[in-house]
Amino acid sequence: MERETKKKAGIVEYLVIAVIGIFLLYPIIWMFFATFKTNEEIFGSIKLLPGSFNLQYYIDGWKGHGNMTYTDFFVNTFKLVVPTVLFTVISCSLVAYGFARFKFPGKKILFSVLIATLMLPNAVIIIPRYTLFNSFGWINSYLPFYVPAMLACYPFFVFMLVQFMRGLPKELDQSAYIDGCGTLRTFVQILLPLMKPALFSAGLFQFLWTYNDYFNSLIFINSVKKYPISLALKLSLDAESVVVWGKMMAMAFVAVLPVLLLFFFAQKYFVEGIATTGIKG
Amino acid sequence: MVDKKVKIRKYQKRDYQAFLYLLPWLVGFTVLQLYPFLSSLYYSFTDYKISAVPNFIGLKNYIKLFTQDTEFWNSLKVTLLFTLYTVPGKLLMALAVAVFLNRNIKGINLIRTLYYIPSLFGGSVAIAVLWKVLFVDNGVVNAILNTVGLPSQQWWGNTKLALRTICMLEIWQFGSSMVMFLAALKNVQKELYEAASIDGAGKIRVFFKITIPHITPIIFFNLIMQTIQAFQNFTSAFVITKGGPLKSTYVLGMKLYNEAFSYFKMGYGSAISWVMFALIMIVTLLLFRSSSAWVYYEDSGDF
Repeated sequence: MERETKKKAGIVEYLVIAVIGIFLLYPIIWMFFATFKTNEEIFGSIKLLPGSFNLQYYIDGWKGHGNMTYTDFFVNTFKLVVPTVLFTVISCSLVAYGFARFKFPGKKILFSVLIATLMLPNAVIIIPRYTLFNSFGWINSYLPFYVPAMLACYPFFVFMLVQFMRGLPKELDQSAYIDGCGTLRTFVQILLPLMKPALFSAGLFQFLWTYNDYFNSLIFINSVKKYPISLALKLSLDAESVVVWGKMMAMAFVAVLPVLLLFFFAQKYFVEGIATTGIKG
Repeated sequence: MVDKKVKIRKYQKRDYQAFLYLLPWLVGFTVLQLYPFLSSLYYSFTDYKISAVPNFIGLKNYIKLFTQDTEFWNSLKVTLLFTLYTVPGKLLMALAVAVFLNRNIKGINLIRTLYYIPSLFGGSVAIAVLWKVLFVDNGVVNAILNTVGLPSQQWWGNTKLALRTICMLEIWQFGSSMVMFLAALKNVQKELYEAASIDGAGKIRVFFKITIPHITPIIFFNLIMQTIQAFQNFTSAFVITKGGPLKSTYVLGMKLYNEAFSYFKMGYGSAISWVMFALIMIVTLLLFRSSSAWVYYEDSGDF
């Protein structure tokens, strides 16, 4: 009897889990199948599966705008995102090392400043940043993305890496110093290898945020030649008077695909990264 | 030799090398955060336009915003509503699901991973476009409603519904908060639950007296970060509704973008950004003030 009720509860639980899961994933699944559908199939129908699987919309959509294909937009995106991610990880881990492993005058104040900037809204600094970058002639280049990354302007990642480094035993540094290592060598050869999971998490999140970001690209990039995917998609949406939604969905799906793939290959780092960074804050 | 020095001096020579490592951030903070922060405050008191030298005009921008610009009041209202719907909606959803999942369930890792997927697309244009299609008048959401016998809704055409439909997109992405809550729930010591059950406490009492207090720090952290984000929302409204219908989704972020980057009224735009900042500060301060009453810390977390 006892066992019976427990088993029943289990089924109910899994049912609830499945319902929530459908609610969360149905839009993405629908999106995938919509890439094969004509407008008539997309609208006014609840059928999930398309009449036929035809790659025509992918081929049409990929042609892009003018002489810019989605190959170009993807190349642009990666030109923007990949260096930004690398610069972020390098600069933020250096700064995190400075905070986590040294006792220096003014440390408390500087660390408080870092924490305060976590809450500094992008909206309040974007206008002067624009005029600043404009005066340097950096508008319509990827420098407005690279330079803040090089200068560790991502307090979230600095904080996350400081938290992680605090968990590594200080004896490691001490013994390296005794062996005659300088601070840089200690950092590069001893600490950095141990920080791989945290560095990887930081890199993944920065990739995700930069890849998805639309606002900054909209402001800093103004020629189609330099457009990343996000701007290209908006252009596709606005450019046609009668939108062929299957084609639109095909390109939208292509745009989310790298993120999905990355997530499935590196999900451990995503979920663990999220779980550990939030905790101590 | 070396040991003796450590004891005498407060800071070791080596410690000053810290500034070398902090250098990128010190420059970045000063040039790309502090300077823009202060100059946008200054710009907000000027008539700055991109092509001309800014003239100091005192409080004129603010006076215009609050007394003449009806669009601004509307945007303020829309943004506050948006924040009021999404932040509690998202966090309650995340909390409820996390509590529900916090038990011995087979395949919990897979479930956690799948639930996280929508959160991958925060601010994504592709997903905003998808949302637009899903909720269009003859779209699949209305088709589903019709099959179960409910009437269609004008999700994007109705001034009352459009904002809520955008909020749904945000709430749909509750996965990342959920993952944080789940991790926090796992950290609540088992002994506490055992002690409570020995004392004969009921499930609901245990939930409110043990579970919730132990995860308040993470709820607090999420509340602050989500609020800051919600106030600045831009992409979903800009891509899906362009602020319409009848400006019912014209959030402050869009107003700021249009004034500063479409009309290049940088001074006026800066004033908007500082109103936004002031709002964020007020809400954050209120949250911090209230936190001593409801946030429970096990340690002070010094280092």
